[in-house]
Amino acid sequence: MADITLDRLAKVYPGGVRALHDLDLTVRDGEFFALLGPSGCGKSTLLRTVAGLEAASGGTVRIGARDVTELQPGDRDIAMVFQDYALFPHMTVEENIGYPLKIKKVGRAERAAKARRTAEELGLGHLSERRPGQLSGGQQQRAALARAMACHPQVFLFDEPLSNLDARMRLEARTFLKKLQRELGVTTVFVTHDQAEALAMADRLAVMEGGELRQVGTPTEVFRRPASTFVASFIGSTPMNLLPGRVTGDGTVRVAGGELPVPDEAAPLAEAGEEVVYGIRPEYLSWSDSAADGAVSGTVSVVENLGSAQLVTLEPEDGSSVQVVVPEEHEPAPGTRGWAAPRADRALLYRDGDLLAARAEAGTAAAPLS
Amino acid sequence: MAATTSSAEQAAPAADRGPGNAEGREPERDAAGLGRRRAAAFVAPALVLVALFLVLPAVWTLYLGATDYRLTGIPAIDPSFVGFDNITKALGDESFLHSLRLTLLFVLGSAVIGQAGLGFALAWWMRERSGWLRTTLEALVMLAWILPSSVVAFLWIAFLDRDGGTLNELLRTPGAAWLLDHPMLSIIVYNIWRGSAFSMMLYSAALGNVPASHLETARLAGASGFQQLRDVVFPRIRGHILTNLLLISLWTFNDFTPFLITAGGPDGKTETLPVHIYKTALGSGELGYGAALSFLMLLINLVVAVIYLRLLGQKNRKKKTRTARGRSAEGARGSELEESA
Repeated sequence: MADITLDRLAKVYPGGVRALHDLDLTVRDGEFFALLGPSGCGKSTLLRTVAGLEAASGGTVRIGARDVTELQPGDRDIAMVFQDYALFPHMTVEENIGYPLKIKKVGRAERAAKARRTAEELGLGHLSERRPGQLSGGQQQRAALARAMACHPQVFLFDEPLSNLDARMRLEARTFLKKLQRELGVTTVFVTHDQAEALAMADRLAVMEGGELRQVGTPTEVFRRPASTFVASFIGSTPMNLLPGRVTGDGTVRVAGGELPVPDEAAPLAEAGEEVVYGIRPEYLSWSDSAADGAVSGTVSVVENLGSAQLVTLEPEDGSSVQVVVPEEHEPAPGTRGWAAPRADRALLYRDGDLLAARAEAGTAAAPLS
Repeated sequence: MAATTSSAEQAAPAADRGPGNAEGREPERDAAGLGRRRAAAFVAPALVLVALFLVLPAVWTLYLGATDYRLTGIPAIDPSFVGFDNITKALGDESFLHSLRLTLLFVLGSAVIGQAGLGFALAWWMRERSGWLRTTLEALVMLAWILPSSVVAFLWIAFLDRDGGTLNELLRTPGAAWLLDHPMLSIIVYNIWRGSAFSMMLYSAALGNVPASHLETARLAGASGFQQLRDVVFPRIRGHILTNLLLISLWTFNDFTPFLITAGGPDGKTETLPVHIYKTALGSGELGYGAALSFLMLLINLVVAVIYLRLLGQKNRKKKTRTARGRSAEGARGSELEESA
């Protein structure tokens, strides 16, 4: 078991594209860590550089106590599961699982026994003589996982592990993967572009943009206190409301035609007259049919049913739009007027795209790692 | 011409019988709604050409091979039927067997080992490279492939010439007579140079079908370059390899260009089968015997082709049994199709 330490890791592709900008990051021992970001943000490059499939242009990668920056992928004691699973079509499931052992010159009998045992563990026992072409997507994924597990590496790397599965399988596989990782206790890094997946599975995650880490933290931290407007808009199934506003003298912010209190943690930093962005998640706005203090008001323009709740789009007079998650006991009709009041301890203030916070909670939220 | 007339005659009564009869309903079964007879009429001209220029000469060669037809002398005017005499004569003819051995050596050395090997090496090397070096190399290899044989033959004669040949200048070995001292080696090297482009292109396309993630999985497992080739690449492009070997083997087997460089010499040392047949039939004028040799060569070609096709077929048969075994998996058929395509 080992942690992964990146020190000023950089990757510049031939042609001058900087994919990674001097990253510092520590993935703790046994942690399930997600690299999250939009496409082209460098998350896959980071994973591949840790794997050794891409050579680092600067900085170091350490796994446990070893500096592996210059080592070949095969010498790093890691295993990777690819998006397409990369099972060899001409080998049976058992041969696929045993392949890394074969390369490591493990004897045939021991190899077969080990491969079969791993297959059993993942519920593939009855399929070990099949070829990958005869397996379903979920079974293929398990076979690929089994191959990664078979030689007991120190680190697992998953590249978009769920994106080749259909929606229902994906939920199943999510739970399965998280459970498996917990049981094995192997340090695991996975790449995804799906924020829901990252929030659901990871112990901690890093949000990346343009080859830099924008925020590193637990799913809760990143969800509740996004360090920048970029992270705020990227995380969450319903995007955070980011409303431009101006700080007034009396401890409020003029936002969307209403006056909302300045969040406590931002109060010492927000100066009167300043242009800021007021951030509040739709889930943290409480709905009211009648006028309320410290609330924004507007006309209901769209109501989207989320199942147990509704996502209501409110249009204040100033032309902005505010989204509110409304519980099922209310049933706002389009065209009617509504009020939405933020939950004080969940409101955030951003200045120039960065979170305004006096106290740095857990050392993550205030200053994005760079 | 007879075929056209007869098919036209067949077509006419069919039209006369009108749409009411049973055969008139057939059009419903084909997409164009032509019906068998009218469709046959459309195909007929092409079939006539094929019959005239491919089937007829082949049958004619077969017939000639069973006679003692010559360019000169009495048999030229009045050839007599000799049955299998030419074939039995050939099988005991040392010069024929000698040239057969040379041909096999030529095919093995220049095509199976040389072209396929060099072509694969080039394709593998170019896989992850770009830039002027690759472009230049590709252009040069292609150039060797597209130049006309006569030009190429002249180039190689100039290249290997004893007095002032390019190779001798390069190696500073004045007076080395490559075509006299190493004639077989010369034409083998020549043919590798000449034909590697095809293998290179075919393998380049094939390697494009090997997913990067498969190679990377092997690398992550610690596989060496050779192990990656053995475990990932070759199984994946097996069909391409066999198809390529089949094509280049047949082409090389029937290649006549060495004649333009060495004329089969010196002393018959480069007299491959096509050259031998040419010399027998046209040089010595033994048309009947030459035709019999051509027929033997055709048979050998067939045998070679059948061997390769069976090897290819083995793969497909294995797959069929596999598919039959794994009925439950829904993804199976899709990926099988993908593979066979």
